[in-house]
This record gives sequence, C-alpha cells and structure tokens, in this order.
Amino acid sequence: MTLASPAHPAPRQRFWRSRAFRRFSRNRLALIGLVMIFVLTLACFFGPYLLPFDELYIDLRARFAPPGTGAHIFGTDPLGRDIAARLFVAGQTSLIVGFAAMLISTVIGVLIGVIAGYSGGRLGASLMRLVDAFLSFPAIFLLLTLAAFVSPSAMMITLIIALTSWMEVARIVEAEIRSYRDRDFVMAARMLGLSRSHIMFRELLPNVMGPIMVAATLTVARAILMEAYISFLGYGIQPPLPSWGNMLNGAQQYLASAPWLAIVPGVAITLAVTGFNFIGDGLRDALDARADHRA
Amino acid sequence: MLRYLLSRFWQSLILLVLVSLIGFFVLNLAPGGPLSQYALTPGMTKEALDRLAEQMGLNRPLIVQYLDWFGRLLRGDWGNSFRDGRPVLDVIAGHLFATLLLMGASTLLSVAIGGWIGIRSALKEGSPFDYGATIFAMVALSIPTFWFGLVAIYVFSLQLGWFPAGNMYTIGDGSLGDYAIHLVMPAVVLALVNVAVWSRYMRSATLDVLGQDFVRTAKAKGLPPRRVLMKHIVGNAMVPMITLAGLQLPTLLSGALVTETVFTWPGMGRLFLDSLGYNDYPVVMGLLMFSAILVIVCNLLADIFVALVDPRIRLD
Repeated sequence: MTLASPAHPAPRQRFWRSRAFRRFSRNRLALIGLVMIFVLTLACFFGPYLLPFDELYIDLRARFAPPGTGAHIFGTDPLGRDIAARLFVAGQTSLIVGFAAMLISTVIGVLIGVIAGYSGGRLGASLMRLVDAFLSFPAIFLLLTLAAFVSPSAMMITLIIALTSWMEVARIVEAEIRSYRDRDFVMAARMLGLSRSHIMFRELLPNVMGPIMVAATLTVARAILMEAYISFLGYGIQPPLPSWGNMLNGAQQYLASAPWLAIVPGVAITLAVTGFNFIGDGLRDALDARADHRA
Repeated sequence: MLRYLLSRFWQSLILLVLVSLIGFFVLNLAPGGPLSQYALTPGMTKEALDRLAEQMGLNRPLIVQYLDWFGRLLRGDWGNSFRDGRPVLDVIAGHLFATLLLMGASTLLSVAIGGWIGIRSALKEGSPFDYGATIFAMVALSIPTFWFGLVAIYVFSLQLGWFPAGNMYTIGDGSLGDYAIHLVMPAVVLALVNVAVWSRYMRSATLDVLGQDFVRTAKAKGLPPRRVLMKHIVGNAMVPMITLAGLQLPTLLSGALVTETVFTWPGMGRLFLDSLGYNDYPVVMGLLMFSAILVIVCNLLADIFVALVDPRIRLD
C-alpha cells in the first residue's frame, strides 16, 4: 500500500487520463452533449451574420409573424423584431454569463474547499458550516433578493449567480482534498519544508482536477438555468440586451396568440442545459476512479 | 441517541446564526439599507432621514445593530409590511397554506412516480428502461420549470381546455373539486424536476440495499419475492430518502416560487415577487429568512425522524 502510493502522482495521472478519455469518447450521451453545445455555440456566435435581420431592428408591420413567415424562420416578437436573430444574440449573453459565473464560482469553491479540506479542524469545520448556511437559502429567493438590491448589469447578475453556486464545488473539493491530506506525497512535501500554499495548490490541487471539471461543467448548466429563471421573472439581464431568460419575460401574456414567443427560447435553454448536463455526467463516469477496477 | 440529538441541535443553532449573518449582510445591501422604507415617503428631507437613522440606531456599530436585528428575529418581531402595515409574519402566514398545499401535492406525486422509476431502474440495472430513465432524469433536470409550465398551460388549458390556466380556485366556487382541478397542473409542473431527483436517489439507494446480506438471506429463506421487495428492499431504501427530502427542500421552495408565478398561485413565492415589485423590503427579507429557517428546521426534523426509525443511529 505504502509502496504503491506514488511520491509524485504525475505519471499515473497521464495514464489514468487517457483511459478516462477513452471512456468518455465511448459515452454516447456525452458525445451528443458535446455536439449540442458545439452547434449551439456556433449558431449563437456566427448565426447573426447569416441572418438578414438585426436583433434590434423593429418592424411594426411584421409584428407577431408566426415562424416561417418570409425570412423569419422563428417568427417575430410583439415589436416585429426577428426572433431568430434575437435568439442567437441572447444565446451569446446566456452562454457568456453561464460560463463566466462558472469560472468565478469554481475559483471561490476551489479556494474554500482546498483551504477547508487541508486545514481541517476548527477552520475547516467553520468553512463547511458556511457552505451549509448558503445552501439553506433556496437559490431563487437569494438570487432575486440580491438582484433586486443591486444594479442589474450583466456583470452584477453574473457575480450574484456565482455567489450562489460555489457551494457544490467547495463541498466536492473539500472531501477530495481531505482524503489526500495524509498521503505519503503530502507528508514528503511537508518534510521538505514546502509552504502550505505550495502543498495545497501545487501538490494537492492537481489530484482533484477531475472532480472539479465535472462540477464546473454542471455549474455552467446550473448558471444558465439560474440566469433564465431570474431574467424570466424580470430581475436578471435587462432589455434591450437580449438573453434567453428575458425573451420569455412577457411571453406568457401572448401565450394564446403567439405561442412561439414562449416555445422557441425555452427549447434553446433546455438544449444548452441538457448538453452541459450530458457532458458533465459523461465526465463523471469517465473520471470515476472506481471504474478503473471494473475496466 | 440523546448525544446525537443534542449535537444535531447545536449544529442547527450554529447554522441559524450563520444564516442570520448572511441575511444581515444582504439587508445592508438594500438600496438605502433599512432606511429605504422612509426614503420613498413624499416630502422626505435629508435631515429627517438622518434623524430617523439616529432613532433607529443606524449609527451604532454594525455588531450592535446585528445583535438587535437577530434578537428581534428570534422574538418574532420581523417588522411591518410597507404595503399594508401588517406584521411580516402575519403576511407570510397568510400565504403559507397555498404553498404547503402545492408542495405537499407535488411531493406526494414525485415520490410515488420517482420512487417507482428508481426501484424499477435498480432492479433492472442496465436495461433499456434503466437507460431511458437516466436520460429522462437528465432532460427533466434541464427543463426550466417556468417554461414547462407555459407549455403545459398552452397545451392543456388553451388548446385542450382540460385545466384552468391559473389561480387556486374559481371565485364564487371554492369547492373541494374546484381546488383539486386548479392544483393538478402546478403540482405536476413542480413535480417534474423532483421526479427526476427522486428516481436517481431511489435507484442508488435500492442498489445499495440490493447488495446487502440480509436481502440475500431473505431470498434464501424462501420469502415471496414481492415481500422481499416491499419489506426488505423498499423499506430500507426509504430511510435515506427522509434525509434527502430535507436536503431537497430548498430546491422545492425555489421551484414553488417559479411555479406559483406562472400559475398565479397565491403562495409564498407569489408574495415574494409581488413584494419585490412594490419594494416591500421587510416582506422580502422576511420571506428570505423564513425560507432558510424552514429549511434548517425541516432538516433537523428529518434527522430526528431518521434517528427514531433507524436503530443503527438510535443505539449510537
């Protein structure tokens, strides 16, 4: 056991990674997820150049055009703006907000998780109680309160989504780091007199990159959903900047006459969130160390 | 047992203090802070505001203000609504029943359906049913609740006309059947995500139990398979579900808020959004704190309940 545990885990890591990669590439759902996100991203960032309409162009003669009217493939909204053009630009907002919120919350979660996991004791326990305290608030209640209290710029919305989504990462990282804390390579690093931060972030952190990647992918999905929820309720990204969530804000009153207003952006959100969830789940299966024994 | 309960109780108290600290921090983010309620009054001057700040003790050190605020939170003095001046707790209590009704109906539905899917998946691990259930769960977790609600209203109210599109009862009717038909769609919409969650939990809990010796013993001594399934497998797999129900509560409350908005259901979520719209900060803060405290209390109750039914903890 002692002999088998590596002094420096790097070589084993690479081998393990390649296996994980093979497992991932055999996972049909994960690949479908990748393709979904790839196509959605391409459409959102390059689609607007292919469409004859600007997302802000108002054409009052073409109000409430159903999908397929002329060049309006997804129809038009109550102001006669092209929904396809708005959907793609909104997708840029939603994807960027989701991604940025993931980055920020992952940094917060990793910092807290690593410090709590390595320190243990009273500091570790109090940090984890703080995680529990944040988890006691229903996410939407906390998000809406914060969103109503701060100025609702896209930056602020991203920040508050991050502020309410770092706990899962922190929990996972804390548990993983704690399980590595007393391994031989950590002891060796300590005896070499390496600094605490070197041990935490250079020696321990690389070992938990897998679970962090999984959690980060699932956090993107969650962040996109959260943005959609609060923007739908009117407290997220503010018009005229379109986002998938705020395109749905107000769609309910036209549900009988123009259902496509509600249906089109919802499908986009569902596709994006499903895609990231498929990838995250595939990564989890692929990186699951226990699966090595079965393979 | 007593030691376990005491430590669990102590943890909840610490959690309550931390939650109140976060709440106090959020309160001070409010535009104008606790003074916001007077800042909007017509004819308000800077001098009058300063005087009010003095009277309300806002120039005391933050720690003193916090202790005062937390003390009033514990005593049940949660301030008054800006809208009608009623005590915040009374306003919340007035909306509690609708939310509990919605969450209760939805939970019954999701535990029944999700539990069934989960047990079947575990018993047929690796089958097409199991695979399909996995995909269903992931997609269901990805659908925005409000959007599913809008689609449900479009299909079942506007197109088919089977169910009313919103509200809790028809004005002037209010019979039991009338409540029931209004409850169907919001309960199902709110249940979708939870069916997914429960089916995943139940699947892994059942798989855990299936590998245990006592299940093999029960089968070996010739008990009818149905009895082994219901008594030994499901019975034991249900125990962790009680804890999970507590952990799942924040998600359920969030979902209820969104569902209530879409279906104009007169519960806490609807009250929360209305209060946000009116800048009624005492009610907003009250609901935020109330929901967090509800979560802490329910988690504590779930753990006590599990300790009562699970002899492994009772004997500890």
